Amino acid sequence: MKQFQYLRAASQQEALTAIAKPGTKIIAGGTNLVDLMKRGVTAPDKLVDITHLPLKGIVATKTGLHIGALALNSVVSENSLVVQKQPLLAMALKAGASPQLRNMATVGGNMMQCTRCTYFYDTTMPCNKREPGTGCGAMEGYNRMHAIFGASDHCIAVHPSDMCVGLAALDAVVIVTGKKGERRIPMTEFHRLPGDHPETDNTLAPGELILGVEIPDNHFAKNSYYLKVRDRQSYAFALVSVAAALEISGGTIKQARLAMGGVAHKPWRLFEAEKALVGKAATEENFKHAAEIATQGAKAYEYNAFKLRLAPASIAEALKHAAGMA
Amino acid sequence: MENENANFGPEHEMDPKDNSRRTFLKQSALITTVALTPGIAAKAADMHIDEKIAEAFEKVPLKMEVNGKAHSLMVEPRSTLLDILREQLDLTGTKKGCDYGQCGACTVHVDGHRVNSCLTLGVMVNGKKVTTIEGLAKGDVLHPMQEAFLKHDGFQCGYCTPGQIMSAVACIREGHANSEPEIREYMSGNICRCGAYPNIVNAIQEVKGGGFVV
Repeated sequence: MKQFQYLRAASQQEALTAIAKPGTKIIAGGTNLVDLMKRGVTAPDKLVDITHLPLKGIVATKTGLHIGALALNSVVSENSLVVQKQPLLAMALKAGASPQLRNMATVGGNMMQCTRCTYFYDTTMPCNKREPGTGCGAMEGYNRMHAIFGASDHCIAVHPSDMCVGLAALDAVVIVTGKKGERRIPMTEFHRLPGDHPETDNTLAPGELILGVEIPDNHFAKNSYYLKVRDRQSYAFALVSVAAALEISGGTIKQARLAMGGVAHKPWRLFEAEKALVGKAATEENFKHAAEIATQGAKAYEYNAFKLRLAPASIAEALKHAAGMA
Repeated sequence: MENENANFGPEHEMDPKDNSRRTFLKQSALITTVALTPGIAAKAADMHIDEKIAEAFEKVPLKMEVNGKAHSLMVEPRSTLLDILREQLDLTGTKKGCDYGQCGACTVHVDGHRVNSCLTLGVMVNGKKVTTIEGLAKGDVLHPMQEAFLKHDGFQCGYCTPGQIMSAVACIREGHANSEPEIREYMSGNICRCGAYPNIVNAIQEVKGGGFVV
């Protein structure tokens, strides 16, 4: 690992001043950044440790739930307010990583983590995300884990987070601050598609700091489920995952939220499928129909064509669980 | 050491004058050139003396308690807790498996919570309490989890065992050892290449069922 300078930020202002300089990166849990630095994928000149900033709180507000950027993944997943009000988020968090890693990883860091595309990590391979213009190793390579939605000719990597899939389904809003003050970014717009600039994972501007995330109150607590399909039962990244949240009244779906992980460069909201569910009866047939709509337009590569069948099957299965029919 | 500490100013600001390694190397190279004859200067460069001076200069203070003992160290910011435990404190019970957070062999407790020490920068543990496998036993009396691993043959080669035991203790403390499926899920961050999983689960169930204070 390349040597770097270390600054323990004592205040938000000190952190903002420090990260304004190029070559500077923020460190919190470090579970992805230290990994990337060891492999030489990234080599910052300076690390700003923000773990001493007071951004760990989990608070119920008038309109929802506010979770601080430095709240640990393990703490959030066990927090009584989260479990009671937003069980989908707790489920998504528990599906991610391992208990040790969840004890280190923060909410903000989880959002900022990089793809686990093996071509991104292998510095001997071409990768437009790591080194723009070098090409995509995955496109013609072993692309079993890769995207079926929203990919570009430059990058077919997927975002690895489970937490963000849950947050995207729950209409969460990311609160960030920077030189120009605070701004709010919907979770569905926080991460971006690769397009011509796969080196840019998200819409956080240089020098901005994540303060926390807000989940608006909803009526999904009774009928929500996070399904993660992976190569082993635990401690593996998703082949596909589905966050499903329903508001059901008298057997009729009043509201629906669906998002997928492991299929795109960002948490993939299934807006059309959601619309197709509203006003319908909560039946297996309707779930299957919505799943078909959700996966229209999906595009596979040589080794991930199985996702074209796995994705709709997983959506229907997650909806069954959410509706209490599994 | 005290002089070096003084160079870093207040505790939270390790490098107030933005003294980069490059600047320091340039300065020290200049001093070397002026002070020494060309032959000696070349020899000094061969021996990487500049590098060694710079390394010492770039170290930052780290105070932590390990297994009940206070340590005051100087470490490079890039040193992981795992490397500091093994290389500087000679606590080699904590194992380096993958070194990338994928195997759990390096699991230790920081302020009572299990973490992967291979992905933890030592400098970020400043002021905290670390417990390693060496800190579980009380003198010659093994911790109940260590006894249970022996009794149930919870290992074959033994390389993952320190991490398994640290994780197993945490698993019970966290309240996630109530059934076999739950134990398997909450022990999933520790990989055992020999496949001793059934015996590891048995060991944890015995400690949990025996009502031992872990």
